[in-house]
Amino acid sequence: MLIKRPSPIRSAEITSKRDYLSRRAFLKTSGLTAAALAGAGIALDGEGAPGAQEAPHGRALAGVQRSPLSIADKPSTWRQITTYNNFYEFGVDKESPARFAKGLNTANWKVTIDGECGRTGALDLEDILKGETLEERIYRLRCVEAWSMVIPWVGFPLANLIRKCEPTSRAKYVQFTTLDDPRQMPGVRSAVLDWPYVEGLRMDEAMHPLAILAVGLYGEVLPNQNGAPLRLVVPWKYGFKGAKSIVKISFVGQQPRTSWMKAEPTWYGFYSNVNPNVSPQRWSQASERVIGGGFFNRKTQMFNGYGDQVAHLYAGMDLEKFF
Amino acid sequence: MWAFLTDRLSVNPLGDLTSETGIWTLRFLCLTLAITPLRRITGWNAIVRFRRMIGLFAFFYGSLHFLTYMLVDRLAGLVEFPGGLVSIETIRRLAASIAGDIAGDRPFITIGFTALALLLPLALTSTTGMIRRLGRKWQALHRLVYVSACLGVVHYWWLVKADISRPRYYALAVGALLGFRAWWSRRRRSRTPARTPAAHPRRMPESQRHTM
Repeated sequence: MLIKRPSPIRSAEITSKRDYLSRRAFLKTSGLTAAALAGAGIALDGEGAPGAQEAPHGRALAGVQRSPLSIADKPSTWRQITTYNNFYEFGVDKESPARFAKGLNTANWKVTIDGECGRTGALDLEDILKGETLEERIYRLRCVEAWSMVIPWVGFPLANLIRKCEPTSRAKYVQFTTLDDPRQMPGVRSAVLDWPYVEGLRMDEAMHPLAILAVGLYGEVLPNQNGAPLRLVVPWKYGFKGAKSIVKISFVGQQPRTSWMKAEPTWYGFYSNVNPNVSPQRWSQASERVIGGGFFNRKTQMFNGYGDQVAHLYAGMDLEKFF
Repeated sequence: MWAFLTDRLSVNPLGDLTSETGIWTLRFLCLTLAITPLRRITGWNAIVRFRRMIGLFAFFYGSLHFLTYMLVDRLAGLVEFPGGLVSIETIRRLAASIAGDIAGDRPFITIGFTALALLLPLALTSTTGMIRRLGRKWQALHRLVYVSACLGVVHYWWLVKADISRPRYYALAVGALLGFRAWWSRRRRSRTPARTPAAHPRRMPESQRHTM
């Protein structure tokens, strides 16, 4: 059983404010202690606990490991990450998902696997998570609207699931489909986008170790407004590439036409890699407002700062043409 | 302001400021355009005294909106300040980036700026002295507010990403308010006997005025 029920917290277990405020110093010393213990061959319980922590909000995830792929930036706060969302299925305002996604039923969630692969059919979320080690991945998130956050996701590599599905050689792209349920999602009742929401990746992008399927945030179960129970996170691309509340993963031979490509083909390309030099939209991508980061914008980095890891995927491509 | 006082701002308060000042400009423009139809329908002529104040509010919020854009969008977006924050170089870069937007880098800003620029002469000629001095020309000049309101709606429409429901709401409001004027003037023309010049309604006898 992966998902823990919330247990009543004894007041003795709550970290005191003083300890909470000095947690970095504590981590440093405990890290040194842990290293010393590890050197002495003693395993330390909870050594792999997530690095980013906030006061608990929901159900904690068990066995979350840290990842060397996390960045060192200070994560945005829980409030910032969970009250300022683009999830048009729950309305177009930033605060709508937090208000209207509460009713989304994520129990008994199934994901349909279809297309060019050996194992098609419906998978329970538990089947998908079977054998996976959950990792905390602290990633930058750059929205195409020129704002950014730093988010401590919890998830596992998308490549692991893809391998389980045994895609054939005809599978060139992976397509992700979000739930489209007007009873649970007030936003899909109006035709803002061509529902259901569809996103996609080229196979080599999907297999990249940075691309993950997230099930958690800050060491806890992913809040509904952030795409529960299962969402895609591709940190070198604009945030909208990360399909939320995924109900279908398809292996296809043709490049998928995503919802945003259908809505505004001149603004949104298939790749949508973060690129400060190309702004097909009516606003500039050269800089970004860091949410909670003060008055002045920050310069946007090529591939959102993940260029060392992903630039080779696009070697020889004209990124002005394939935006 | 209300959102600030009640701690209801989002985690992107500067973004809120930009959109809220813009929305309030449109709201005040719609309100000022609603005065005349309201007078015609209800005969409550006293409300015309609020028209100037509401119009000036629209100009005030439009100016705040432009100032927010200058600081929050353009100045903050400069990112690099080689000569320091307060320097000729910074001012030059800021001016160049705003001029670029207005000149057509971002058409929705060209439109929005035009809408605000059209309100400027109206604000300047809003004093009682100017109204008296311009006479009949004043009314013709102040019809520019129709153009400004339409451009304001286009500005909003072009700026949104996908959801046009709110710009459409304002388009309908402005369309209805201007449509009422067109309908009213046509009705008046068709009902006015040819011998009475429509341009001088005040000279019409009391009995005729009631039919209008």
